[in-house]
Amino acid sequence: MLFIDSSLSEVGKYCRFMYQVVSRPEKWSVFGRRLLEEINKLGVDSLGIVTLISFFIGAVITIQVANNLDNPFIPKYTVAFAARETIVLEFSATIVCLILAGKVGSNISSEIGTMRITEQIDALDIMGINSAAYLAGPKILAMILSVPVLVVYSIFIGIIGGVMAGSYTGLVPLDDFIVGLHFTFKPYYIAYTLFKSTLFAYIISSVSSYFGYNLRGGALEVGKASTRSVVVSCVLILMVNLMVTQFLLS
Amino acid sequence: MIEAQDISKTFDGRTVMNHVSAVFQEGKTNLIIGKSGSGKTVLLKSLVGLYDADSGDILYDGRSVRRMGRKGRQALRQEIGMIFQGSALFDSLTVEENVRFPLDMFSNLSLYDRRQTARRCLRRVNLDKADNLYPAQISGGMQKRVAIARAIVQGPRYLFCDEPNSGLDPVTASVIDDLISQITHESGITTIINTHDMNSVFSIGEHIVFIEQGNKLWDGTQDTILQSNCPELISFMASARRLMEIGK
Repeated sequence: MLFIDSSLSEVGKYCRFMYQVVSRPEKWSVFGRRLLEEINKLGVDSLGIVTLISFFIGAVITIQVANNLDNPFIPKYTVAFAARETIVLEFSATIVCLILAGKVGSNISSEIGTMRITEQIDALDIMGINSAAYLAGPKILAMILSVPVLVVYSIFIGIIGGVMAGSYTGLVPLDDFIVGLHFTFKPYYIAYTLFKSTLFAYIISSVSSYFGYNLRGGALEVGKASTRSVVVSCVLILMVNLMVTQFLLS
Repeated sequence: MIEAQDISKTFDGRTVMNHVSAVFQEGKTNLIIGKSGSGKTVLLKSLVGLYDADSGDILYDGRSVRRMGRKGRQALRQEIGMIFQGSALFDSLTVEENVRFPLDMFSNLSLYDRRQTARRCLRRVNLDKADNLYPAQISGGMQKRVAIARAIVQGPRYLFCDEPNSGLDPVTASVIDDLISQITHESGITTIINTHDMNSVFSIGEHIVFIEQGNKLWDGTQDTILQSNCPELISFMASARRLMEIGK
């Protein structure tokens, strides 16, 4: 009962926080400048990790599928088809977002949390600035704009990883891979993956901002809030993933 | 003039301010003194609206904060400058950008004018060669000066300072005290300073309020404080006086 009470109270506080966040910015030019800074910090700076992970996972998926479909009656292009479906439907949206929840989520939460304990948020409030909107607004919008782009990029790099692994190991020749990539391709799957990655981006940024903003205590709490924000974001991503998949694909 | 009327505040069932009423005089440096944990910061943060008092009201030149709407409170905050205990400068901005920040957010001045205004404030606090440095690159005393410059950049009517000289050596602390006092008198600002430093009391305190365990026990002037017969205040001053005697 106590758990339900505290969870509901947390949800209520989150809704109040989001209500503050979505209000009109004090100055659009400042908001625009901060938005570009956040896109650079949260999106562009994540390109490295997304490239690395997507390339290797794409390669591994291809090798694993090829080894499991080692049957003369199954055409080689099936490997590329299966790798494409795995990368498009699940890996690039869900797994990349889970990784971003760790990288970006902890960054957002600790940055805002540190501002809270060093009274920088109080300083914003004293100036008459809506601190929640000023701090979290550009971060949330930057994530919503950047993550779908990162997901498309991840799909591209993952497939390149698959192509290279298939070609260099001789498991799937390049021509067969290209046939497999085109085989029964449904553009709707891209729309589905972009839709869910947008939801995940919102979850990561808003949950992390909430935990940082509502932090109370000292430096120790910054670490705790950061961990909590990553855990909650990951759990929510998995739950929303299940619901969206059931709703949009079944 | 700022008036606190019967302010109470409780945190998790623990009363940290108990029906405090006090008047802070216009154009003067008003000091709130007391031991650490006596409720000074809670009183100051309640006055500026960072904490909502459980009961009572605060009047800014007769304007009741309790009766103000959201817009009214926001407008009032444009008239307030505050210096925080830890300076609360924005780490990602340079010294000049920190000072310019309130102007960037609220004024329609050109960038050139905003920069000039920020630089004028930095010169006023005797900091004119640190414009492009980040807060982490300057000393604690310099950070306090930047915080003062940021607090006065919009020309506030009310200035609040939470332990402005904490963590500073006595010489720098005295410089910061003098600077706040000079700015108060130059601009006719109503200044409220939280402190437990008796040096500040005797150097710049014009009106003094003594707080102990969330209760206001005494208020008066620099001249009357030594004649006070409040035992808690006498005991508070005695420890400081011992230090002064050792110093002599």
